[in-house]
Amino acid sequence: MINPNEDGNDEMETKTTPSSLSDVANATKARKQPGSGALGVGLEARGIHAWFGDKLVLRDISLDFWSGTVTALIGPSGCGKSTFIRTLNRMHEFIPGAAMAGEVLLNGQDIYEQGTDVTKIRLKVGMVFQKPNPFPSMTIADNVLAGLKLAQLKTENKDDLLEECLERAGLWNEVKDRLNAYGGSLSGGQQQRLCIARSLAVRPEVLLMDEPCSALDPGSTLKIEETIQHLSSSMTIIIVTHNMQQAARVSDYTGFFLSDGGPGELVEVGPTSEIFSRPKDTRTENYVTGRFG
Amino acid sequence: MTTTAPGARSANSPISTPVKREITTKPRFSDKVFRGVATAGGLSSLVILGLILIFLGYQGFQVLRSEGFGFITGSNWQVMQDNAGNTDLAASTFGIAAMLIGTLLCAAMAVVIAVPISVLCALYLTFYAPQLLKKIMVAVIDLMAAFPSILFGMWGFFILMPHVEYWGRLIHKYFSWIPLFKMEIPVFTRSPFVAGVVLAIMIIPIITSVSREIFSQTPLDRVQAAYALGATRWSMIRAVVIPYGRSGVVGGAMLGLGRAMGETVAVYTVLNLVYQINWHVLIGAGGNVASMILLKFGEAGPTETRALMAAGLVLFLLTLLVNSIANTIVSRTGGKGR
Amino acid sequence: MSTVTVPKVKPTRPWKRTPKQQALMAANLLISAVVSYFVVLATPMKGKLAYLAIFFIAVIAINFAESYFKSGLAAAKDSIATSFAAAGLIIAVVPIFSILFTIFDRGRAGLNFNLFLHDMKSNGPNDPLGQGGLLHALVGSGIMVGIALLISLPIGILTAIYLTEIKGIYSRPIKFLVQAMSGVPSIVAGLFILSAIVFPITKSSSGLMGGLALSILMIPTIARTSEEVLLLIPNDLREAGVALGGTQWRTISLIVVPAAKSGLITATILGLARVAGETAPLVLVSGGGDAVNPNPFHAPMGSLPFYIWKGFTYGTPESIARSWAGIFVLLSLIFLLFIAARTLSGSGAKK
Repeated sequence: MINPNEDGNDEMETKTTPSSLSDVANATKARKQPGSGALGVGLEARGIHAWFGDKLVLRDISLDFWSGTVTALIGPSGCGKSTFIRTLNRMHEFIPGAAMAGEVLLNGQDIYEQGTDVTKIRLKVGMVFQKPNPFPSMTIADNVLAGLKLAQLKTENKDDLLEECLERAGLWNEVKDRLNAYGGSLSGGQQQRLCIARSLAVRPEVLLMDEPCSALDPGSTLKIEETIQHLSSSMTIIIVTHNMQQAARVSDYTGFFLSDGGPGELVEVGPTSEIFSRPKDTRTENYVTGRFG
Repeated sequence: MTTTAPGARSANSPISTPVKREITTKPRFSDKVFRGVATAGGLSSLVILGLILIFLGYQGFQVLRSEGFGFITGSNWQVMQDNAGNTDLAASTFGIAAMLIGTLLCAAMAVVIAVPISVLCALYLTFYAPQLLKKIMVAVIDLMAAFPSILFGMWGFFILMPHVEYWGRLIHKYFSWIPLFKMEIPVFTRSPFVAGVVLAIMIIPIITSVSREIFSQTPLDRVQAAYALGATRWSMIRAVVIPYGRSGVVGGAMLGLGRAMGETVAVYTVLNLVYQINWHVLIGAGGNVASMILLKFGEAGPTETRALMAAGLVLFLLTLLVNSIANTIVSRTGGKGR
Repeated sequence: MSTVTVPKVKPTRPWKRTPKQQALMAANLLISAVVSYFVVLATPMKGKLAYLAIFFIAVIAINFAESYFKSGLAAAKDSIATSFAAAGLIIAVVPIFSILFTIFDRGRAGLNFNLFLHDMKSNGPNDPLGQGGLLHALVGSGIMVGIALLISLPIGILTAIYLTEIKGIYSRPIKFLVQAMSGVPSIVAGLFILSAIVFPITKSSSGLMGGLALSILMIPTIARTSEEVLLLIPNDLREAGVALGGTQWRTISLIVVPAAKSGLITATILGLARVAGETAPLVLVSGGGDAVNPNPFHAPMGSLPFYIWKGFTYGTPESIARSWAGIFVLLSLIFLLFIAARTLSGSGAKK
């Protein structure tokens, strides 16, 4: 029970950065200049449109995600948040009839460019899903290292990597004595952290989280949120959530999506504190104050 | 238990454990009749299977009693007649060992050939094929499952057999050191190998559609998790689909085995029946219970017909066993989470 | 957000193969074909099998090399798996097309309009092709399949209703037994009718016996397919019926079964298609006459499978040509039944 305290300290540190974050926030207003500011741009979405069949579900989303920050995407259900983040690591194309337009730049390189190896993109842009989905036929250790096996990556020291990933996901202390148990034997919250550890093992630069806590109890949710805080210093995190309090707790930036029956659009984006305290758009205000949605 | 309404009855016992009330509905008369009729219909499968067992057993009893275990361990099929022209049961011998072994050999060969092809085909249709191709091919394979067996028999005899004989020669040339492929007499026509290939083609649609069904039930979240970790299609299949679908494929293979063991006409046309146990699959001499029944039936007297019914009983029990195991495996895979 | 005036953006699918990649694939196949031609020419191997084997190996090798240098080992392994899976599909469907081609090719000679007007009572199977016909077989098949349908349809659908609607204590064992029954070899069905009725009682074969044997094979098909169809009917329909005060009988007969009608018809058609071509049981119990016999209770009755069987076992060129023509007719019927089932279930699903 010493580690959690240390975690807390770390958290304090990240929490003390808002001064520099407000600088970044100022930089955000003068956005569209990738690489400017103290922190680099991790991922840029440019004019993303998405279709299912003939139906346009997302219109013209442009968003920058800064590395070392957490960006929350909020909005009522059906506004295209999940579709949007699935375009960011090319999971969108698994849906039959899907189509898209626009570009997604990862380190300045369009991930949709012809000839791009899509598996390499997904290694750099990891994803955690709504429902915890560890591989049931694998042990906890195998689950964490599954990504290496799936992408045929080599690593010198598997045990170190295993410990590091579980540690970063905040799960090491709970499972270190039963690494050979099956993933299904863990609780829901533990399974979700196992899935986070699994995504970390391939060392992604960006982590997409699609409502990672919606299937969990409050206690597990808290743990996941701690984990997110903890990870955010070293990577770009994008989290879709229905829970506005969660967005306020974990994120540095918040984007608000809305659909008026037609395609989803990005209404407003900015530092989380501003979105929640003085949003510019009345629709955002109505949503964050709970008047609809 | 904190608030009790005034005058509540539970006051007299400090801890009141709720007693479950039985909920009973007395069905109306029309429903009773309806339920009775539907239950009778449902029980018909039990009745029919039971009747098959009883009648084949009853008619075959005489022969089974006089032959004992020799009926399934002996390989002699000889009908002796006494002076009056009636069949002399004591002097005749009926043994189906060669036919049984031939049946198992052909069916096993068919499964060995068909399973890899079907599984690959099912994987292609589930995970690789473009939508349109998938739709067409699924319909085509379903249609093939409905082809009558006499069609496979004639096609196998006239079109396929020359090719398969040639493959048999090649196998013999390069693999004759394997005992299974040894030949003493170079007769390649109508061998168990030919029958095995024809049966394989017949059961490919069955195994393919069972496997496809199982593969397409692979939980989508696991598939996506694998892809999100940078998996290629093949590494995703190995990590997620195969562990999930393995036992279902085994079940499908056993369904195919059951079908192959009971197949009659297609085997009859392409297999040379010989009453001698033969393990060398390339030689044109094999056995098959179902085909033997068809072959002997035309010229059989009453006693021999009874012996054929006993043979049918053995075949029935054998396929029943294989199919039951297969169905148990398949239905368990479908319901389970992993 | 900044610019809301959106120019018309066209949907794209960057993950689809580009024409360039397709051209590369075609080039791969072409190169492999050339390679296989020269390898077979240069080595002592010969025959179609050698061409195919070398071609396949060449395709795999080129794909492997291409994806290995482009994207690494994982992608290269994936390309091998893709080639094998595609080969699996090709091997599985080649026989189908070969069969269809053969039937068309060989069946054509024996086909003429006379087939549907005459029977074989005054012609032998060895007579020239224009003489005689298969009217008796068509009539016989129709009668026997009809008898099988009359028996199996109520039993099969009642079984399905028992399994899905009544859900009595025997549901699980009955489900198991129905599955077991669908695995009964067709010859055993014939032997059963032989042992239970023909042998001890009637002592002679007739169309009725054939129909009975076929019904044993048809019941499980109809029961299983109907069960699947009834399971698809949403539960609220049943609850709505019962909540309106309907008895279970009325709910099922007036609401559930009509809702599943097209599916049940499909199930029936598939059952018909399955038994229409059964040969072995008919050889055992139907007798197989050469004249049109409309009476299923008396005298042997011909059928399409028996007609084909007889021509084949007779073994002369004419008789075999008759068989092929018979198969052509039989498969056309099965094909029609199949299309009918597909169309029905397709239109049912849209509703």
